[in-house]
Amino acid sequence: MLMNHSKVMQFFSVVGEVTGRKKLQKMIYILQSCGVPFEEKYQFHFYGPYSEELSLRIEELCNLGFIEEEKEDKSNYIQYHYQITEHGVDFLEHFQSDMPDFSEQANLLLAESSRFLELVATMLFFKDLPREVVEKKVHHVKPKQNYSPVEMAKAWELIDTLVQ
Amino acid sequence: MAYKDEQLHEEKVFKDPVHRYVHVRDRVIWDLIATPEFQRLRRIKQLGTTYLTFHGAEHSRFNHSLGVYEIVRRIIFNFKDRKHWNEQDRLLCLCAALLHDLGHGPFSHSFEKVFKLDHEHYTQQIIVGDTKVNHVLEKVYPGFANEVADVIAKTHSNKLVVSLISSQIDADRMDYLQRDSYFTGVSYGHFDMERILRVMRPTEDQVVIKSTGMHAVEDYIMSRYQMYWQVYFHPVTRSSEVILTKIFHRVKHLYDKGYIFKLEPTHFISFFKNEENLQDYLKLDEAIVYYYFQMWQEETDEVLQDLCERFINRRLFKYVEFDPNKMMNVWLELIQLFKNIRIDPDYYLVVDSSSDLPYDFYRPGEEGERLPIHLLMPNQELRELSRESDVVEAISGKKRTDHKLYFPLDMLKENKDKETVEKIMAILQIQGDV
Repeated sequence: MLMNHSKVMQFFSVVGEVTGRKKLQKMIYILQSCGVPFEEKYQFHFYGPYSEELSLRIEELCNLGFIEEEKEDKSNYIQYHYQITEHGVDFLEHFQSDMPDFSEQANLLLAESSRFLELVATMLFFKDLPREVVEKKVHHVKPKQNYSPVEMAKAWELIDTLVQ
Repeated sequence: MAYKDEQLHEEKVFKDPVHRYVHVRDRVIWDLIATPEFQRLRRIKQLGTTYLTFHGAEHSRFNHSLGVYEIVRRIIFNFKDRKHWNEQDRLLCLCAALLHDLGHGPFSHSFEKVFKLDHEHYTQQIIVGDTKVNHVLEKVYPGFANEVADVIAKTHSNKLVVSLISSQIDADRMDYLQRDSYFTGVSYGHFDMERILRVMRPTEDQVVIKSTGMHAVEDYIMSRYQMYWQVYFHPVTRSSEVILTKIFHRVKHLYDKGYIFKLEPTHFISFFKNEENLQDYLKLDEAIVYYYFQMWQEETDEVLQDLCERFINRRLFKYVEFDPNKMMNVWLELIQLFKNIRIDPDYYLVVDSSSDLPYDFYRPGEEGERLPIHLLMPNQELRELSRESDVVEAISGKKRTDHKLYFPLDMLKENKDKETVEKIMAILQIQGDV
């Protein structure tokens, strides 16, 4: 029952609280790209890889009371905070899906900004291309983000650590 | 004259029930429509199994693709001479609009789920691979096929062009809402598209809506909301999708176990083995899949035989509302009860959730999540739609999720172990018919 929901719940049980929908989207995408078997389908959007399926699944988990969503009005946009509830913990006890231990990678990602995770996720989206082409592609699709060579190098370093 | 500029000496038109006429003047578009890869879309229904609920919904991906092309053609016509619009991008937009769904396969949602495929990947493969479509595109100029593929994948650097084909108010959605409404025969799904096209404005990186057109967009958002609940998320359609998915699961399971089929499933073998290539994919269409479903009714495997018979003859599963909170403690018991009466719960007890659907609502989102619809205010400022529209804000805040449990009530009723069946019915809270 709801095995894909259970996988997302395991993510929350590992990371505790996540601030920002963008951060949440990118974290799951990066983990998925590194082999953690989340099933949500991603497409490239204006801000990089994005999964409507994940957005809806989170909405479902909130409506079921397994995850708590808090809204914070930031004048021209709303920021969301997510964390697992007691009900969610109970659900996970009943329906634990078979997932590898991804806590180390998840916590590494949690410490990063959503801007940086957007860069890492975008690089991973083009992972089948040679590295120099990936960097060109990132500048091409995200000219406004203006990522520096230092950020690019840090992103490659993180990717190497994650896939080890 | 360069191939990209070549015009047919006489405009060709396709009669269309939604847009009245689809106009073609560019040689490139005419040649793309004639390719076998594009013609294949005639044999793939736009709404998959929805015809089992709304009998008129037999329209194809071919109809829809022409419709999206026509809408983009009209938008571009309105953009001519506007700031930020470059007429050089015209052919790129038209080709991307026409080809955006090229990689859809038969019953693609269920098929992709079981075989872990992605129609978007195949759209890319058909456009950049060794295909007739690719040969036409590369005649425009070398590298043009890659550009079209990038626009469809949303990885092209020209975000304005991308947003015409794919955004929260794009030609794709505007066509399918109206077309699906027309063919299903429902009375929702209508909105004033002509008005929306007139108030669309190109900006540097997206299409925005002039604020005076807000009410037309509200109507579009409302149509999207109603179509979601009344058509796309119809519980009977979901039942047929559940059965379809289980057929694919079962046939793959049997193949993996070494079951000897009476009719070798030649068209599926590379998919069972995860060795499929573009040629295998292009050979599949819905006629082929129906042929196998007919033949699999003759197989000795009772589950496969039964599921195919159900699908072909529309003997669908029944459903009850499913609340995971309430069912959490009895779920394992329910599975065991099904096993006790020899009904395999892996195939006959299925939870289906709203997140399993490939359709979505309007999402205002937070900054950096997904590009919302922006209104262009008289002072040239951009404002997110739900911040200006009470109607959209109200819809955006609604609970939009749902879970249902599907099962074969007929099998339960026919089962001789009445005591166990009664226990199952009590857990599912079934009294009489569902």
